[in-house]
Amino acid sequence: MLPDFRNLGTLLRILLAVNALAALAALVRESRPSAWPAEWMELATVVEPHLILALALLYALSPWLSRQVYATGAGVVVAVTVASGLVCNALLSPPLREAPPTLLRHLLLALVVAGVLLGYFRLRTKALSPAIVEARLQALQARIRPHFLFNSINAVLSLVRSDPKRAETALEDMADLFRVLMRDNRDLAPLADEIELCRQYLALEKLRLGARLEVEWHLNSMPADALVPPLVLQPLLENAIYHGIEPSSAPGVVSINIFFKSGEVHAILRNPYRANGGAHHAGNKMALANVRERLALHFDAEGVLESKVMRDAYEVHLRMPYRSALPASRREAEATGSAGRTEIKDDPGARRAAVTGVAATRVAATRVATRPAGAAPELPHG
Amino acid sequence: MADAALRVLIVDDEAPARRRLRELLEDCAGALPLVIVGEAANGREAMTMLHTVAADLVLTDIRMPEMDGLELARHLLKLPEPPVVIFTTAFNEHAVQAFEVSAVDYLVKPVRVQRLLAALAKVPRLRPVSAARLDKLPTSARRFLSVTERSRVVLVPIDDIIYLKAELKYITIRTVEREYLLEESLTRLEEEFGERFVRVHRNCLVARDFIRGFERRVGDEGEPHWEVLLKAVEESLPVSRRQQHVVREVGRDGS
Repeated sequence: MLPDFRNLGTLLRILLAVNALAALAALVRESRPSAWPAEWMELATVVEPHLILALALLYALSPWLSRQVYATGAGVVVAVTVASGLVCNALLSPPLREAPPTLLRHLLLALVVAGVLLGYFRLRTKALSPAIVEARLQALQARIRPHFLFNSINAVLSLVRSDPKRAETALEDMADLFRVLMRDNRDLAPLADEIELCRQYLALEKLRLGARLEVEWHLNSMPADALVPPLVLQPLLENAIYHGIEPSSAPGVVSINIFFKSGEVHAILRNPYRANGGAHHAGNKMALANVRERLALHFDAEGVLESKVMRDAYEVHLRMPYRSALPASRREAEATGSAGRTEIKDDPGARRAAVTGVAATRVAATRVATRPAGAAPELPHG
Repeated sequence: MADAALRVLIVDDEAPARRRLRELLEDCAGALPLVIVGEAANGREAMTMLHTVAADLVLTDIRMPEMDGLELARHLLKLPEPPVVIFTTAFNEHAVQAFEVSAVDYLVKPVRVQRLLAALAKVPRLRPVSAARLDKLPTSARRFLSVTERSRVVLVPIDDIIYLKAELKYITIRTVEREYLLEESLTRLEEEFGERFVRVHRNCLVARDFIRGFERRVGDEGEPHWEVLLKAVEESLPVSRRQQHVVREVGRDGS
């Protein structure tokens, strides 16, 4: 498999590797340390246009490349490397233009670098082969379960005699939750499913904590069709409750804010920060590391998790690239549908906005359906 | 109290967990005479409750806000007749290991009625869990110090303490309102609350938060020394020559 040339991580790796090699070349060519930066800069003027043109071409070809067998793909990459080198040279003004021998040397070096990088990406793909990635994902998931299982069972048991109806609902929530926890969670799933799961999880926690737990949802501009790693939010909520709600007898708010912004899905979770809940920071770090690693496996450098402590709140900010669960044809149909007869197929911004709109309505509908009339907007089973 | 009903106090921050324990205890009441004397949502509430009622057994959760179960167990030891403590804990491998090692009694939640009954039957033969055994558990610093006054246990929040001063057999605890007498070792208190207090003298720990500043004074013998000035009270304490470095250290921290 060729790397995905539209992936930020791939592009960054190529840029870094080529520039590092240029620096190395400067070192080899020049013996005086004081001249190294100048030599590097000079090399960069030749290397950079070539590199950027080649990457631009590969970026454009990426969807087509991904459908080719490896040999064809690698051949195309080599051809692009040579062609872009020739084009760059031709575009330079005559005094700067390289004489044929220099040009040949330049192209040969470029081919060596392209070959090395292709080899690197091939090895990397093997290291991250589906089997290994899946094994790692599986291992990462297994860590979430036991604590949560016993807490939930305990909460439900306490209701069996005094409030059998609520116990029933709670058991149903648990069944749904564990169906998700037990199933194969290696593939991305729609964000709307994750939200539903979080609601069920929070309903169970609400049983246990009562008025101490308040939940605020801000999902008006959430892209419900976005594909996310399953259980990407639930462990973070579990954390928020463990560190932000449980250490105090006073009520606290956990807020969840999910929105779409310039091609990315953002999720911001916030909980009260209790300075003396600090004894459990190790567990917190483990959950964050777990989610972070899964984001990296799914989205590479484009999946980001940041956490910060504010004066009286703790915040986790997740960023993932937007990938839709809806097939492209349906997305476009919905987009054109909502925009009347205007042709907007070629405008991804408008299309996304339309999809987001549709998704938000869908979420709003489920919220109304699961919430008893007049209840506060946090939980279906308050 | 061989024939008297066992007096049980339930302590857990989660209402459903308290209700569940109550139900189970009621199930046991047929086999073993017992009476539930109260339910508390954390250790502090439990201590207050024990001002007015007595208990033979305290069933307490471990992780609770305000005062956790392990700290509660320590304060209970100050009571004239300390009750037996049995901890209830949700699944947690490390905690369970610690309990096994220290031979402290515990029940794993969800609790089974048979296990609860077996634990209750043992209670008359058990003795209160000792401080030495509690020391083997991974505890965090206490949030209160407890002093016995007229057979009652009074809790002094650590945050309220201005200084701790060792005098003969006792330690004087100074808060804004008043003084208390405590029977503990100053060195151990320093180990437990090292961050919060600073030693200004062989016999005195002062809370950093209550230090207003330092002043150079000349004593009766004409030898100059430093004094700590305190917030909230019109008192000052001498800094010994050996501890003079704290004047610079604390001063630099911006106090």
